[in-house]
Amino acid sequence: MATNTGGLSLTQQRQRAAFWFIAPMLAALFFVAAWPLIRTIWFSLTNTALSDLYGGEWIGFDNYLSLRILESGRWIWRGTLVDPAWWNAVWNTVRFAFVSVFFETVLGLIVALVLNAEFKGRGIVRAAILIPWAIPTIVSAKMWAWMLNDQFGIINDIMLNLGLIDQKIAWTASTETAMYAVLMVDIWKTTPFMALLILAGLQMVPRDIYEAAKLDGVNPVKVFFRITLPLIRPALAVAIIFRMLDALRIFDLVYVLTPNSAATKTMSVISRENMIDFDKFAYGAAQSTLLFAIIAVFVSLYIWLGKVDFSGEGQR
Amino acid sequence: MTIMKGRALRATATAAMLAVFGAPVMAEELFYVSGAVGNAVENFKALVKPWEEATGNTVTLVPMPASTTDQFGQYRLWLAAGATDIDLYQTDVIWAPQLADHFVDLTEAAKDLIPQHFPSIIESQTVNGKLVALPIFTDAPALYYRTDLLEKHGKTPPKTWAELAETAKFIQDAERAEGAKDLWGFVWQGNAYEGLTCNALEWIKSYGGGQIVEPDGTISVNNENAVAALEMAKSWVGTISPDGVLAYQEEEARGVWQTGNAVFMRNWPYAYGLGNGDDSAVKGKFAVTTLPVGKEGDSSAATLGGWNVAVSKYSTKQEAAISLALYLAGPEAQKQRAIAESNLPTIIALYDDPDIAAAQPIIPQWKDVFLNAVPRPSAPTLGKYNEVSAKFWSAVHNTLSGKGSAAENLELLEVELTDIKGSGW
Repeated sequence: MATNTGGLSLTQQRQRAAFWFIAPMLAALFFVAAWPLIRTIWFSLTNTALSDLYGGEWIGFDNYLSLRILESGRWIWRGTLVDPAWWNAVWNTVRFAFVSVFFETVLGLIVALVLNAEFKGRGIVRAAILIPWAIPTIVSAKMWAWMLNDQFGIINDIMLNLGLIDQKIAWTASTETAMYAVLMVDIWKTTPFMALLILAGLQMVPRDIYEAAKLDGVNPVKVFFRITLPLIRPALAVAIIFRMLDALRIFDLVYVLTPNSAATKTMSVISRENMIDFDKFAYGAAQSTLLFAIIAVFVSLYIWLGKVDFSGEGQR
Repeated sequence: MTIMKGRALRATATAAMLAVFGAPVMAEELFYVSGAVGNAVENFKALVKPWEEATGNTVTLVPMPASTTDQFGQYRLWLAAGATDIDLYQTDVIWAPQLADHFVDLTEAAKDLIPQHFPSIIESQTVNGKLVALPIFTDAPALYYRTDLLEKHGKTPPKTWAELAETAKFIQDAERAEGAKDLWGFVWQGNAYEGLTCNALEWIKSYGGGQIVEPDGTISVNNENAVAALEMAKSWVGTISPDGVLAYQEEEARGVWQTGNAVFMRNWPYAYGLGNGDDSAVKGKFAVTTLPVGKEGDSSAATLGGWNVAVSKYSTKQEAAISLALYLAGPEAQKQRAIAESNLPTIIALYDDPDIAAAQPIIPQWKDVFLNAVPRPSAPTLGKYNEVSAKFWSAVHNTLSGKGSAAENLELLEVELTDIKGSGW
C-alpha cells in the first residue's frame, strides 16, 4: 500500500494536520458562538435575574409555557409562547425581513448590473455607492430620524414643496408609517451590500457567453433571464441568506428610530427589553432562544428549498 | 499633587471647602454619567469647578441619551456587570428601589446634609433604611404659555383642559390664517417612553382617575375618569397638537416651542431658563402656570420628577466619589444649577434665596407645585415598576394613535397589570 509513516496513511496524516490547523478556529468559535448560545439556552430554563447571573434555579420550560390553575378553577397559560407581545414582535420581524430583503435584492441586482457595465469613472461610483453601508447604523438611524422629523425634517419639507403631501407626516410616530420608515432606512443602508455581493457573482460570469449570445442576436431581456440569472444564482442565494439572517435579528435601527412602538418592535428588541428594562432576564433569554430557533428554521428551509451549494464545486 | 494643594490653599474660599470635604490625599479622576438634556453638559464643567479646585480631583461627564428609559437600560447593564469605569450615576427619582443593591449607603456620609433637604425627597431615595442616592434637583412640570399670543387674542391662561383645547384651537386657527403656517396649539411628550407615563398620569389624576396603582398596591387605572382623560388627550392629536407629538420627548417639544411654533407646552422647569436664552425665539414672551384640571374643583396634578446622585458600589475611588456626591447635593452646587439650568433645588432654604429668585422667578413660585406633586407608582410596584410603566405607556400610546378606544385599552391594561402583579407586587 502507500508509504507508511508511524502506522498512519497519508490521508490520515493530512487529516490530522488539518485538524490541528483548524483547532484554534474551532476553539475561538466555541468560545464566541457556541458557549454564549448554550448559556442563553440554559438561562432560559432557569429563573436567573440580571443582578445575580449565577443564582438562577432550574424551572424547566416555565419561561416558554406554563399552566396555572387558579383557585376559581380557571386555567391560565403563561409564558412567551402565549405572550401576544412576543407574537406581535415575531410578525413584525418576519414582515420586515421579507419586505426589506426583497427590495434590497431587486435594487441591489439593478445597481450591480449597472456597475458591471464598462463606463468611465466606474471605480469611483463603486466606492461611492458603498457609503450608506459604511456608515454605522446608529449614526445613519439618527441622521434619518432627523430627516424624518415631522416638524423640522427635510423629507416632509421636500414632499410638501413638491406638492406630494398636503400636510406634514409624522413618519416615526404614526403606527401606520413607522414600519415604512424603518424599511426605508434599512433598504437605503443595505442595498449597497447586496449590490456588492451580486456584483462579485456577475464578474464570475464568462464574457464569451455574452458574446455568443450577442452574435446569435438574443435580446437582452432573454440574456438576463436565461444566462445572467442562472449563472449568478449561487451568489444571489448566499447574499439573500446573509441578508435574511441579518434582517431577522434586526435591532439597532429599530431601537434608535422607533424604540417603543409596538408597530416596529422586533424579536431582538423585545428580548432586550425583557432582559434589561423589565428585569426578566430568563424570560428574555427564552425569547432569544426562540429567535435562534426561528432563524435556524428559516435558513434550513431556504437551503433545502433552493438546494444552495456551499461547497463551491459547480452548480448542482 | 503638592502644587494642587498649594494652589487650593491660596484661596480662602476654597480653603473653607477643604475643611468640609477633607484635604486631597491623591488626585483622582472620576467619571460621572448623566443624561444630556438642555444645557446640562455645558454647565457641568462650571458646576464642578469649585469642587475640583478644592480637592484636586477631576471629574469627567459621560453624557447619555436624554431618554430616561434608555439611560436606565444602560445603567442596569453596567451595574449588573460590576463595571468600575463609572463612579457616580445621576439617577431618576423612580429608580431607587430597582437599583438599590448596586449603590453605596450614603446615610452616614450625608448626615449633616440630610436635614437641609425636603424630607419627602430623601424618603423617596431611601430603600429599607439605606440612602441610595442624594437628591440634586427636583422636578415638577409646568404649563408654558405664550403671553404675547394670549394677550393679542384676548385670552387668559386656561384653568381646565377643555379651556386649554379651546384657546389653543382659537389662537392656532387665527394665527395660521395670518400666515404662521407652522404654529401648533399645544405640544407635550407623546412618545412611547417614561415621559408619556408622566404626561398621562397628570391627565388621569387631574380628572380624578387615580394614579394607576394606588399607594396600597390596588390597580385603579380602569375607571371612567381615566377613560375620559385619555379620550380628551386623543382628541388633541392632529387638531391642536401635531401628529408627530406621538414621537416627541422633552427636547422635541422644546424644539417646537422654542422656535416659536407652539402656543402651549407641557414641560419641566429646565425649559424655562433655556426659553429665555439669547437664541430663543420666545425670549421674554412666555410665562408658566400649573397644569390644567379636568373640571373646576379638581386639583391640578404634576408628576414628581427629579434627579439624584448615587455612588457606585463598584467604584474604586469611593471616597472621592462620595465627596463629589455631597458637593453636588449641597447648597452651593444646587444654587448654581438653579440659576444656570433653572432646576428646582431640593434644599428648603434655597427657595428664599434672592439670587435665585432674581435669575429664575419660576423657582420660588414652584415650591408648592412640587410639594403637591403626584409620585409615579414606583413605591408600591417595587422592582416591577418599569414593566408597569411600559404597559401603561403602551396602552396610552395605542389609544392616542387610534389603536383601540381608551376603554378597551384600559380594560386590557388592567388585566395585564393584574398578571404582572401576580400574588403581590
